[in-house]
Amino acid sequence: MFDNPPRPLPFAAGVGYKPQHYAQILSDAGPVRWLEIHAENYMGAGGRPLAQLRHLSERFAISVHGVGLSIGGEAPLDANHLARLKHLMDWLNPASFSEHLAWSTHDSHFLNDLLPLPYTDATLARICAHIDQVQTTLGRQMLLENPSSYLAFAESTWSEPDFLREVARRTGCGLLLDVNNVFVSATNLGFDPRSYVDAFPTECVGEIHLGGHDEDHDDHGAPLLIDSHGREVADPVWALLAHVLAQTGPKPTLIEWDTDVPEWPVLQAEAARADAALQVLA
Amino acid sequence: MTGQSEFHAALLQADQPVPSGLTDGQGRPAGRRFAVYRNNVAVSLTEALETGFPAIRALLGEENFRAIAGLYLRESPPTSPVLSLYGAGFPEFLANHPPLAHLGYLPDVAQLELALRQSYHAADSTPIDPATFQRLTEDNLSKARLRLAPALRLVRSPWPVVDLWRYATRPGSKHPSATPQDALILRPAFDPEPHELPAHGASFLAALAKGLPVAQAIEAAGDDHDLAATLTLLLQGGGITAIDLE
Repeated sequence: MFDNPPRPLPFAAGVGYKPQHYAQILSDAGPVRWLEIHAENYMGAGGRPLAQLRHLSERFAISVHGVGLSIGGEAPLDANHLARLKHLMDWLNPASFSEHLAWSTHDSHFLNDLLPLPYTDATLARICAHIDQVQTTLGRQMLLENPSSYLAFAESTWSEPDFLREVARRTGCGLLLDVNNVFVSATNLGFDPRSYVDAFPTECVGEIHLGGHDEDHDDHGAPLLIDSHGREVADPVWALLAHVLAQTGPKPTLIEWDTDVPEWPVLQAEAARADAALQVLA
Repeated sequence: MTGQSEFHAALLQADQPVPSGLTDGQGRPAGRRFAVYRNNVAVSLTEALETGFPAIRALLGEENFRAIAGLYLRESPPTSPVLSLYGAGFPEFLANHPPLAHLGYLPDVAQLELALRQSYHAADSTPIDPATFQRLTEDNLSKARLRLAPALRLVRSPWPVVDLWRYATRPGSKHPSATPQDALILRPAFDPEPHELPAHGASFLAALAKGLPVAQAIEAAGDDHDLAATLTLLLQGGGITAIDLE
């Protein structure tokens, strides 16, 4: 079934796949041209998840998005998990694979969150070695996603865009630019999101993410945005997307909505808005 | 330098100080910003347990469940990023949690929910046509070894575990009876369903699962076992995938 080379992700709108939308995606995809799945939800031996995925992959380009490799972890990558990932990738032959500039596993505990990293030479060397290992194992390029940050490390010596540029230069990986994450981090850490984008190696961007965030405050009453993926994409994030697209040109652009997942028409409307932002460039 | 060991310890234990060297990006200490990560870990793992153990959640109530999940996730964080496997130790944790000692049936209901999850993700298989089975001679049947579906699971219990699970997850189900039930989980297509096994049916199935021939499985179950009822349940639920005749 998967003898053909994969279709690349279209330069169009996609959504994070939720099983409750299965039937409607097949009957009324609207502007949605591709789907992203979380790798870790499809690592069982069989059953409905894999059957649905096989069926969807006949109609849509699929992006596999890992949330569990812990690429930024101090420990070596989990060989069992990497083998499970390779098994899924070989079976599905998806259009793309991406992971995060973050860590999530320590001392054999998987913490189920994307945890932050100091941007130092030591972190850089470790992450590049891990990405080399992933790309060699999978036999393909991966994309690395910029995180949403709630704090910074005093020891960091690299800016995030420079750090990501250097990772891409050393490993040949591509980058996934999460525009909401840029906005969240910029608000939380007090930098200008447009300057971040202007410093970002936009030539390496293979995919764009958009998602909703919640608003909170820190100890000093400063705004603290939470990357919740539980609501519509905020207006300033749409404005920042236009700024990004002006530099990257059209890219596969994904709506992520992972908590309080809405009915299909709501998600479809968000995808239509992303599609419209891409059409402006066409 | 802020190592991941220090970060990890402070994430799981709220009484640990926030690691040093973390700032708000403006040079001030990170303070409660660290709590965002603490909260993400606790909330997301609690949700994973809620998704995996809906009957336990219903039996305990949401507030109690979350309190117990919070204790469990700190004592036993996941050891794999595949969260569909998370909670394998939850039944034992419930069994050893003194405030729940009066709810002795909870661990078995949790075991049933774990088995349902395992069944849901198990490999697909093609069941045999029940007619094939009926065509076997008595001699052939007694020597036959039955291959069971990968999604089949057996949960033995001194509690009415199937009734308790139904009562907790399906509004309007009958109140659990006071009799022990062994559960057989079958997955005809994609949705696992627990069934109450006839008395001694679990011994029969356990013997089959070990690869023993049917005659020995019948013997293991004893004279009081309703063989026809167990076989009907197995065949109707697609529980047999092959008959090996030597």
